[in-house]
Amino acid sequence: MAFYLPLVLGLAVAFSIVMYVVADGFDLGVGVLFPFAPSDADRDVMMNSVAPFWDGNETWLVLGGTLLIAAFPLAYATLLPAFYVPLVVMLLALIFRGVAFEYRFRASRFRRFWDWAFSGGSALAGFCQGLVLGAFIDGIRVGDGAFLGGPLDFLTGFAVVCGLGLVAGYALLGATWLIFKTAGTSNAYGRAAARLTLPATLLFIAIVSVWTPAAHHHIAQRWFSWPNLAFLWPVPLITAIVAYGVWRAVAGPHEARPFILSIALFLLCFLGLAVSLWPYAIPYVATLWQAASSEATLTFVGIGTMVILPIILSYLGYAYWTFRGKVEPGAGYGS
Amino acid sequence: MTTDAVLLSRVQFAATIGFHILWPAYTIGVSGFIVILSMLWLRTRKPIYRDLLRFWIRLFALGFAMGVVSGIVISYEIGTNWSSFAERTANVIGPFFTYEALTAFFLEAGFVGVMLFGLDRVGPRLHFVACLMVAVGSVISAFWILAANSWMQTPAGFSEADGKFQIASWRAAIFSPSFPYRYAHMVIAAYIAGAFVVIGVSGFYLWQRRHIEIGRTGLSIALWMSLVLVPLQLVVGDLHGRNTLRYQPIKVAAMEGDWDTRHGQPMVLFAWPDEAAERNEYAVEVPRLGSLILTHDWNGEVEGLKAAPPTERPPVPYIFFAFRLMVGFWIVMFAITVAGAFLRWRGRLYDSRWFSIACAVSSPLPFLAILSGWTVTEVGRQPYVVYGHLRTADAVSPVATSAVTGSLGLFVTVYAFLLLAFFVYATKTILRGPENHEPAERPAAVRPGVDSAPARRPAE
Repeated sequence: MAFYLPLVLGLAVAFSIVMYVVADGFDLGVGVLFPFAPSDADRDVMMNSVAPFWDGNETWLVLGGTLLIAAFPLAYATLLPAFYVPLVVMLLALIFRGVAFEYRFRASRFRRFWDWAFSGGSALAGFCQGLVLGAFIDGIRVGDGAFLGGPLDFLTGFAVVCGLGLVAGYALLGATWLIFKTAGTSNAYGRAAARLTLPATLLFIAIVSVWTPAAHHHIAQRWFSWPNLAFLWPVPLITAIVAYGVWRAVAGPHEARPFILSIALFLLCFLGLAVSLWPYAIPYVATLWQAASSEATLTFVGIGTMVILPIILSYLGYAYWTFRGKVEPGAGYGS
Repeated sequence: MTTDAVLLSRVQFAATIGFHILWPAYTIGVSGFIVILSMLWLRTRKPIYRDLLRFWIRLFALGFAMGVVSGIVISYEIGTNWSSFAERTANVIGPFFTYEALTAFFLEAGFVGVMLFGLDRVGPRLHFVACLMVAVGSVISAFWILAANSWMQTPAGFSEADGKFQIASWRAAIFSPSFPYRYAHMVIAAYIAGAFVVIGVSGFYLWQRRHIEIGRTGLSIALWMSLVLVPLQLVVGDLHGRNTLRYQPIKVAAMEGDWDTRHGQPMVLFAWPDEAAERNEYAVEVPRLGSLILTHDWNGEVEGLKAAPPTERPPVPYIFFAFRLMVGFWIVMFAITVAGAFLRWRGRLYDSRWFSIACAVSSPLPFLAILSGWTVTEVGRQPYVVYGHLRTADAVSPVATSAVTGSLGLFVTVYAFLLLAFFVYATKTILRGPENHEPAERPAAVRPGVDSAPARRPAE
């Protein structure tokens, strides 16, 4: 029990983060692509394509945070103060882009403002999440069971690269979502945007993949030592194949495939990250087991999560099913 | 940690959670009203109910978005600003937050899309289910968050080791002594808030002589709600107060402005509590009434503030005045409710101009009462964050004062702006009013508002 409980809860946190990054990723990505859309009509369609889903998608962020506090309180209490500045900025950015859904369609004089709140908020939130990811990989200064560093410690070249990379990746998800869910000019815009954001995403994946083992000796060892290398060498290869698959699917007549393969690309990156950071809850300081809460607490949270998550996934699936098919102009909001 | 960082984090948390609480109250209350409308539409198929339903879903959506985004802030702020609190209490109340996300947030978020955009897609029966799920989700959310809050007020079911709280009994921790009262008090307050939002908008329509039918039907339903809920809140509030007297007598002493412990405590109607001198200035009192209300006995003994040393007392004036404000707002709402019942009895509910105006301006009352009430209970818990066990000063994060100053400034600015935006667009939506239309009468593309999803299938 004492061994498996933190593992199971660690997987639950990882699952929430993956769900968040993929689900909110595409709707944040739609926001990133928003200002460059060909017309206001396309912008209406773009926003309506994510309007029924965005708050469900953001709820994964809340679940991730609440699972972290319940199952790994040491990680929650150490990491969040360390990432104070990027997290606060992310929250404010999410506020602006979230309320923009409701306010944009009611605004007349200030519509441009809410356009920018939506796109700027989406891009900034993605960038801040990338900053946090980069700073997380870099590790934080800890002493006496608490964060010891300064408020701007997170700001490194590596973190900025991760921030830009995540924005590019979200834009790719957003672009392929538009291919999947919209028709006509919005669909064409999605394809054009995917042709730009895919190479950009791959470039950042390559930079981070080289930079991470170069800066962290033990991560390099994890990947390049024997026998790990024997198991791990297919990961970059499969990533390259999937990336090629996205490129082909964007060019071809496929509607859903670019989106699905882009998600696969994200999952592969996540797998690479997990390989690099395992088994840490606070990188290089505390493992999942060291950061975990008491057995009674883990059991209570674990059971609830295992029982309720499948139910949640089924009704979220129902919600997506309700709004299946292409978004028609004038559906959802619109005035 | 410096005093400044503690104070700034406290102010920031008070500001962000005080702003946030408005929207769950709005969401719980208005979604309850929407469920009633949805049921009426389903059963009677009168077009007026469908028009009301569409209109109120539009207004609901505005507040719901505010609740979602301001709520995410809170779930992270506990870590960014109160990491020591988080780490020490996580074994006990951490799971409450997880369960809130699992059992409530997803339910709301999963079905709100169908509620907002799905009326023409899924038909009225499934749409009713979606509205019901959103309403139920909002009340489940309140269950967990008030379980956590009540545990901080009246902690139970735990043991302490190495400065951390460990769980001993989940049942005792979730259903801590003050929980049933606090939960009932808050949920009723939220439904009252919903009722008065409807009363306000409907009163405005009757006063302005526009959308009369929408105004009448809305006002009628909402006044029935308030007629049940506002008096009920008096009873529940009394029970909650007596529970507080048992577990947090010093908080009650601060609410009442009682300095000395005595039998036959007077009720202080108004005073200026002087903490340094430990007495009230300009006091207006009713003899023995304090004891009667709190203990239901003329001669009941009621503890005073002096029973606790000054370092164990909360700041008295905030609690004293906030409590009077809360009760004052309740009295005004009660008066409106009673006047409404009287006018209904006389058959003049919709024609009385002064009453329509009074209704139109009444909407802020329940929200102000909620803020006052939360001030009473949260400031009343000081100087502790977990009452009697963990001091607020020991609960903060190791973050730089400059970072908290910056974030506080940003939150206050952004929230003030958001509140303004909400009022502007809510006013706009109200002025435009409900639009009476059959799906077949207009082409889909020009139908305005959230209800403009084209019919995929004809409504059942």
